[in-house]
Formats: sequence, C-alpha cells, structure tokens
Amino acid sequence: MYDKTDFSQEHINYIKSHKSFKRAVSFTRIIIFITIFFVWEIAANLQWIDPFIMSQPSRMLKTVITLSKDGSLFLHTGVTLYETIVGFVLGTVLGTIIAIILWWSNFLAKVLDPYLVVLNALPKTALGPVILVWIGGTTKSIIVMALLVSIIVTIISVYSGFSNCDEDKIKLLKTFGANKRQILKLVVLPSNIPAIISALKINVGLSLVGVIVGEFLVSKEGLGFLIIYGGQVFKMDMVMMSVIILAIAAALLYLSVLWIEKKVTKMM
Amino acid sequence: MEKIVEMQNVSMNYHSLGGETQAIKSLSFDILDGEFVSIVGPSGCGKSTLLSLISGILKPSKGRILIKNEEVKGPSKNIGYMLQKDHLFEWRTIIKNVIIGLEIQGTLNKETYKSAEKLLKEYGLYEFKNYYPKQLSGGMRQRAALIRTLTANPDLLLLDEPFSALDYQTRLAISEEIWLIIKKEKKTAILVTHDISEAISMSDRVIVLTKRPAEIKSVYDIVLTCENKTPITCREAPEFRYYFNSIWKELDVHV
Ligand SMILES: Nc1ncnc2c1ncn2[C@@H]1O[C@H](COP(=O)(O)OP(=O)(O)O)[C@@H](O)[C@H]1O
Ligand SMILES: [Mg+2]
Repeated sequence: MYDKTDFSQEHINYIKSHKSFKRAVSFTRIIIFITIFFVWEIAANLQWIDPFIMSQPSRMLKTVITLSKDGSLFLHTGVTLYETIVGFVLGTVLGTIIAIILWWSNFLAKVLDPYLVVLNALPKTALGPVILVWIGGTTKSIIVMALLVSIIVTIISVYSGFSNCDEDKIKLLKTFGANKRQILKLVVLPSNIPAIISALKINVGLSLVGVIVGEFLVSKEGLGFLIIYGGQVFKMDMVMMSVIILAIAAALLYLSVLWIEKKVTKMM
Repeated sequence: MEKIVEMQNVSMNYHSLGGETQAIKSLSFDILDGEFVSIVGPSGCGKSTLLSLISGILKPSKGRILIKNEEVKGPSKNIGYMLQKDHLFEWRTIIKNVIIGLEIQGTLNKETYKSAEKLLKEYGLYEFKNYYPKQLSGGMRQRAALIRTLTANPDLLLLDEPFSALDYQTRLAISEEIWLIIKKEKKTAILVTHDISEAISMSDRVIVLTKRPAEIKSVYDIVLTCENKTPITCREAPEFRYYFNSIWKELDVHV
C-alpha cells in the first residue's frame, strides 16, 4: 500500500504533528471532565449550590459504596442491562424477520405501509400503561416496551435496505436460475448486513429509552426504578448516581455494538 | 453449422402505469454454433432487453426464441450472462464468487469445484482465489466475472457491454484476453457494445439495430485479412476502416 518504509524527515514531522494533536485532544477531554466534577464538588462544599438538590460527587460516591455493599447497585444495573440487551436484540431480530416477510410479499408491504408510518410516528412510550395493564408489572412488560420502541424503525430501515438492493446483482443471480429464497440468502441479506448493524446501533439507544420508561412505570428494580424512587423520596444523590451509571452503561453497550460492527465488516 | 439461437418474430413491450414502451419489434435472426456476434445500436434501443429475453429472465410479448431447438421457458444452464459491471460480491472471496452459479444450480461438488479451480489456474487467478474482490484490479475482476460465468459451463455467452466500465487501456487488453478465452473454450458469444471498433475486431458478424423499438437495420459479415486473428491484430486489417465507416454511418449518430 505504501511506497516506502524508510520515512523522510517531512513524513516523520507529519506523523509527529498528528500524534501531538491527538494527545492534545485527549488531554483537553480529561481536563474538562475533571473540572466539571471538581467545580461541582467545591461549589457544593462552599454552599454556592444546594447539595441537597444538586447532589455532589463525593455524596454520589458514598451512595455507590453503600449500595455496592448490599449488592443492590449491581442488581439494579444488571437488571437494566439485561432488559436493554434482550430488548434491542429481540427488536433487531424480529424487525429483520418482519422486513424479510415484507420483502417477500410486495402485497403485504403495500398493505402494511400506512400502518407502519403511523406506528413509527407514534411515541411508543405512550403505550406504556396499556402494556402494563395487559402484561402486568413484570420484567416482561419492560422488555416489550423496549422491543416496541425499536422494532418499527428496524422494520422500516431494514426493509428499505432490502428493496434498494442492486437490481443488477439480482439479475445476475437470476441468470443462473436463482429462486427468491436464494436471492435473499445470497445477495439481499449479505449486502444488507451494514443496514442491520446500523439498526442495531440505533436500537441500543431506543431500547434504553423503552427500558427506563418501563422501569419508571413498573417501579420494582433497575436504574429507572432507582431514579424514580430517589426522586420521590428526594434522594438526589441516588438519582444523579443512577443517571451517571446509566450513561456509562449506555456508552459501554454502544461500544460493544461498534466492536461487533468492526468484527463483522472485517469478515466481509 | 448448427443454429444455437433462433429468434422468431420476437417483440417485447414494457408496461407501466405511465404507458407502454415498445422495446423490440418483430426481430428475427439466427446465431450459429461457435459464432461471435456483436450487436450495436443506439443507447436505449433495446439491446439489454434482447439479451434478457435470450437468457430467459424476461418473456417475449410475442414470438418465440429457440435455444438448440428448444423454446426458452426460463433461465437455463446453457446460457451464461456477463453484465456491464463485474458484480462480484464483496463479501465473498474470488473462489466463492466463482462457484456461485454452481451453488444456485445445486451442482456444486468436488468435481465441479475442481474444475472451477482449474479455470482460475488457467487464467491466472488461482493465487488470488482467497482474496476479496476489492483486492483485485479492474481487469482481474472482469476476468473473475467471466470465469464465474464459465464455471456453470454454458454453451452460449451473453455479454452486455462487459468492458464499458473499464478505462481504455485495460479495455483493449481485457477484451483481447476474454476473446481468447471464449475461443479457447469454444463458446458461442453474443456481445452487446456501443464501441464500433470493439464490435468489428471481435466478431464474425455485426448486427446493427435501429433506434427503439429495435429492428434489424443491417448485418455485416466481418471478413478481415490478418494473420493470427485476434481482436488487436484485427484492428490493423485493411478492411477495418471500411467496416467502421459504414457502421458509423448506419448508426447515424447526431451530436
Ligand atoms: N423494466 C423496464 N420497464 C419499463 N421500461 C423499460 C424497462 N427496462 C427497459 N425499459 C425501456 O426499454 C428500452 C430499452 O431498454 P434497454 O434494453 O435497456 O436498452 P439498451 O440496452 O439498448 O440501452 C428503453 O427505452 C428503456 O427505458
Ligand atoms: Mg443496456
């Protein structure tokens, strides 16, 4: 790929300036992070802000420690993670299966089109109370919430990927006498792996929305429960801590999907 | 020589809500076994439609098409199709791309796999069999696409402007190469092209079509005096210019 391996001074300088730029970026990021928490801590100590309402890093840390000791922190985080993962995997898999069915039957696709449009526009969380009544206040209805939030977008985006599959590639397979199932297996599905993974990426975030709203409603366990419970009993330390743990969990989930994407695109 | 393709009064109309497009109008011609025939005509006149009809992926509105005396009812193993782009699947290695026809036709076994490998070996792609298409040059990719077509062992090859996505230099080289392969494998070929020189240099016969709906305007039997006939040497033949000028005039290109 490259012409030379013994670099010229010009090239070495280029690499150097690139590296120092990257270092400056990382350094600034860390400084901003530390500053926020530091100023927050000081401001609360000096009573510039009311720590009872705004909470405070050291208090949040204390809450982490207390909740870790009786293991409840891990329970709640674990529950939220579990529900989210089940939700977005189910949403992506079921959504893709339904997209396949729609691709298969143009008639069905045309018939269902307006329903999908309306369902897509509807904020699915509005159905929360309905699901709660129908399924009951259990983990099941939280997962259904997460599923509901992500499945419609998945169907729509994956189906549109399927129908935009290169006509000439399909023609090529047809010249070998391929049937519909073979066209699906050999070109439509594999050429849409990127579309499915990008649906997976979007679904991580959507599924989390469904899970948190579900936990608000069911109010039994999970980070959503900690947040709503903390809010009700005015334990802002618990609320803030849960939000931060949620942010970390969300980022970790997203990063794992990115990792999967990298693995898959490498394989392709 | 035996007739391999017989077109009998074939017409083809496309229908859409906007109306009806007559692409081909009562077209008749025969292609003989072992012949290399080029079809030239203005763009949009129905050349690709013609090939799709012969390959059986489209059904004619009127008329009959016979391949080896049997009416075309759908895609057949007798026919190989090569499109403008190579359409190699980026997620499959070269060998996996090459055997895709066998996979579809359910004829993939040790023997046919070996013969696919043999073709790759013969045409200089064996070392690249586990590479992905994006690691190959444009010319190599087009060669791989031809091998994919040949692996299913068709008697008749349909080539739809297969070189037009390549730059001029590669195009000359690869058309020479592919012509040699087709002759070596003793295949019959129908080449659609808009490059008049390419048509004359590669073919035994050139069919010129009118603008849409396609009808036959004229047919040229190409007789060139040159030794060691290959597309590149043909271009040096004294008669080349004569054919070029007449076909150019027939096509009546207005700019
Ligand atoms: N699927 C289709 N539906 C409707 N019209 C079509 C379709 N495919 C081709 N046509 C029309 O038929 C004519 C011939 O097309 P084509 O065979 O692709 O021409 P060429 O290959 O000679 O450029 C064109 O006018 C084109 O617009
Ligand atoms: Mg065409």
